Amino acid sequence: MINLENLCRHFEVGNQVVRALDEVDLVINKKEYVSIMGVSGSGKSTLLNILGLLDTPTSGDYVLSGINTSKMNDDEMAHIRSTKIGFVFQSFHLIPRLTAAENVEMPMVLSGLNPKERQEKVDNALARVSLTDRSDHRPEQLSGGQRQRVAIARSIVMEPDVLLADEPTGNLDSSSSKEIIKLIEELNQGGLTLVVVTHDKDLGRRSNRLIELLDGKIINDNQN
Amino acid sequence: MRFYDLIFLAFSTLVRYPLRTLMLLIATSIGVMAVILLTAVGEGARDYITGEFRDMGTNLLIVIPGKNETSGGGSPADLAGVAPRDLTVEDAISLRQIEAIKNIAPIVIGETPAQFNGLERSVPIIGTTPSFLAVRKWEMATGNFLPGVTLDRSPPVCVIGKEVESELFGKNKAIGQWLRVGDRRCRVTGIIGTEGRAVGIDAQKVVVMPVSLATALFNRPSLFRIGIEARNTWEMEQIKKDIIRIIKKRHQGKEDITVIRQDSVMKSFDNIFNVLTMALGSIASISLFVAGILIMNVMLVAVSQRQAEIGLLKAIGAKNNQINHLFITEAIILSGSGALLGLVLGHTVTQILKVAFPTFNFLPPLWASFVSLLVALISGVVFGLLPARRAAKLDPVIALSGNK
Ligand SMILES: Nc1ncnc2c1ncn2[C@@H]1O[C@H](COP(=O)(O)OP(=O)(O)OP(=O)(O)O)[C@@H](O)[C@H]1O
Ligand SMILES: [Mg+2]
Repeated sequence: MINLENLCRHFEVGNQVVRALDEVDLVINKKEYVSIMGVSGSGKSTLLNILGLLDTPTSGDYVLSGINTSKMNDDEMAHIRSTKIGFVFQSFHLIPRLTAAENVEMPMVLSGLNPKERQEKVDNALARVSLTDRSDHRPEQLSGGQRQRVAIARSIVMEPDVLLADEPTGNLDSSSSKEIIKLIEELNQGGLTLVVVTHDKDLGRRSNRLIELLDGKIINDNQN
Repeated sequence: MRFYDLIFLAFSTLVRYPLRTLMLLIATSIGVMAVILLTAVGEGARDYITGEFRDMGTNLLIVIPGKNETSGGGSPADLAGVAPRDLTVEDAISLRQIEAIKNIAPIVIGETPAQFNGLERSVPIIGTTPSFLAVRKWEMATGNFLPGVTLDRSPPVCVIGKEVESELFGKNKAIGQWLRVGDRRCRVTGIIGTEGRAVGIDAQKVVVMPVSLATALFNRPSLFRIGIEARNTWEMEQIKKDIIRIIKKRHQGKEDITVIRQDSVMKSFDNIFNVLTMALGSIASISLFVAGILIMNVMLVAVSQRQAEIGLLKAIGAKNNQINHLFITEAIILSGSGALLGLVLGHTVTQILKVAFPTFNFLPPLWASFVSLLVALISGVVFGLLPARRAAKLDPVIALSGNK
């Protein structure tokens, strides 16, 4: 469902060109569980941002579910992000003034869904991450692990095809990390394509497929 | 995105930063309040001035000696070098022939000492006829206003203001007493009840006597002016022409008087003060734009502070336009509620001023409220535009890595 062909992402810094991604070819199938690893600065986040249509490649093609994304405008990309892609970030990125339920509701608010349907889906998503009893709490009243669970509930509430997680356990202690990993693996078993960027070798080994980046190139691609 | 969601989201940020919100609300409300107060003063001034005229009754014409503008080629009298004649009681009498005139009130003014029982004070004098009462809409407290007096009959009677009564007569009854005025004597027949002013003279301080008595007293035949009340408004232009024709004939063909219509004077004042009020309102509106610029600056700061949130919204599917609308809505809510607060404050302060200064009528015009509200909203949109566009155009990756 994800198909990258000869994809490059270059940054010009001063008169120097940084090849964050350099001629990457990659195919990820439906329901796959992929880990991306590599040293700092190897291009992991850049790859994930491009997969999530937050960033656009300098050259090459990105075909998502049979649609070539390179000719899309901002609104079309926003629509794909809204309906097909879920994001989970290292730093949670919850809106601090909104409650857990309202944060989860946000993608549906943006897509203009009616409040009744929204309520039902929020309840389901919060139940899915076992936070029903915390729905009225604001982020500052939740622990790191709970915050990340709210973020995961938000990422799945629109029932996307693929979940992109950039170091989702990077800010968490080991027990919270385990919970989060368990949660997203369950989601993957439920049929969601999962791409996780991680520094954690144990986590990397748990996935079906481990991709290693170095200087913007894929240097290893192993099925576990 | 649904409308109420937009409102809710915009509102939640405003509540989240109460100090910032309060500051901007105050800035806008001061602007609106300034518009309300200044226009209230302008409108009050207009009402004060035109009110002076309104009290004088309608259908009023005033004949004033002298003429400012030159009338075309000039009459033979001009060439002969005849000096302009004074306006006299005889001139006033001659106007009786105009059917359409209801009342003629010649007016002489001067100042002279008045004396009773050893007490003396200098008083302003008005010499006129009983028509004066109708023309000026004065009222008597007690007694009669110059009984038996006509344009050609001047029995020695007079009426006095309340202050003259209390200062010269004290506890004595004034009516029926002989008052010495200059080198003449007149019997007091009434006390004036009105508290206003006429021809610049305070009704409470004046002594009013028959016109011929006054001209004799001052040894000067000239009238200060002639007040004329027409029977009907539609006849006023004709009366004006007739007056000029008759007086011109009496003054050897020289047109040496000016006839003005009370209503046209009032209308000019009305216009002048309307312009003044609008000018005051516009000046005050400038402060609304200052408030708008303040909103813009604060929102620009907010956009950079909220980069991470904007990036997140984009990551979960917000279109650029939605981000744009969100920030514009915030600006409109800010300026709109600031304006409403300003309206409440402005009208409250106006009421307080009314109590504090009862003689001056503070009248905030209705249009000022609407216009200031509108200007505030427009400046909210206009000055919200730039920050909103900046927010919408943020690159999501950079925004997400920005400050939280
Ligand atoms: N906006 C940018 N401008 C210039 N250079 C950039 C930009 N974003 C990323 N880079 C560069 O691209 C390369 C890859 O960055 P990226 O963030 O993808 O690394 P990463 O693998 O996620 O690293 P980390 O493990 O530290 O998160 C780095 O050398 C980085 O400096
Ligand atoms: Mg990274």
